[in-house]
Amino acid sequence: MEQDWIWGLIGGLLIGTGGAVYLLFNGRIMGASGIIGGLIDGSAGNTKWERIVFLAGVVLMPVILRPLYHEVDPHISENLVMLVIAGLLVGAGTRLANGCTSGHGVCGMSRLSVRGFAATLTYIFAGGVGVLVFRHLLGVI
Amino acid sequence: MARLLFALIAGGLFGSGLFISGMTDTTKVQGWLDVFGAWDPTLAFVMGGAMIPMAIAWLVAARLRNSALGTPLPPKPSPTIDRKLILGSLMFGIGWGLAGLCPGPAIASLSFGGPGLWIFVAAMLTGMAVAPFLRTRLDKPVAAE
Repeated sequence: MEQDWIWGLIGGLLIGTGGAVYLLFNGRIMGASGIIGGLIDGSAGNTKWERIVFLAGVVLMPVILRPLYHEVDPHISENLVMLVIAGLLVGAGTRLANGCTSGHGVCGMSRLSVRGFAATLTYIFAGGVGVLVFRHLLGVI
Repeated sequence: MARLLFALIAGGLFGSGLFISGMTDTTKVQGWLDVFGAWDPTLAFVMGGAMIPMAIAWLVAARLRNSALGTPLPPKPSPTIDRKLILGSLMFGIGWGLAGLCPGPAIASLSFGGPGLWIFVAAMLTGMAVAPFLRTRLDKPVAAE
């Protein structure tokens, strides 16, 4: 547990390196919600395969790395209704805001984008209030 | 073809980073948001770590006309903070707190997340499909409503 922050930092450096490659080679911003959303709403155009291949890399690397770990448990909630509500909010919200933790957070704030900071402060605030209300006041998560 | 290769490399780095950092564990994400409980600072290290190479990449990009593969670079960021940005981020934040999942880690966990994760992803994709209709509504001037 004490080394969690080191793995967080190493993982973060890898995430940022991925974003750097996507920007400097492909000329694109590495935002997960934008990459997925463009495939869903048909706005991807001629970047369709670039997005599909990117997502394939995201899915495949954990498959390769997983055997190195004793136990991998994502601790997904068993409350299916809540998962559906959360999924709808994450999907619609990130597309309305045009970005999520990767697009607005990692890529936006690192170029000092005003929208990146505004979005990141807003979703961290909303998430914090959400956990306070749903965990400590209502006890549903 | 080169674009696909670098997209695969970028996606692989992104997926590896999310997995290694622990961001595919919903308890770590909810722990970061749980300021009044057992607060977990890991996410701040992930975000900070990710912003280092990314900031360097933006500095390099500022000196280039095109990407290394000749594609255009993203335009300058818009300074406009509109209703969609704030409302969308509020919705995203609540969902993020509820499930402990945002789009990147949700996709990175597809191979080991199980049925609950797949249900979340299906709902997320549905939300993304609905978003263009919400966007059109929010784009209407307030006075016209």
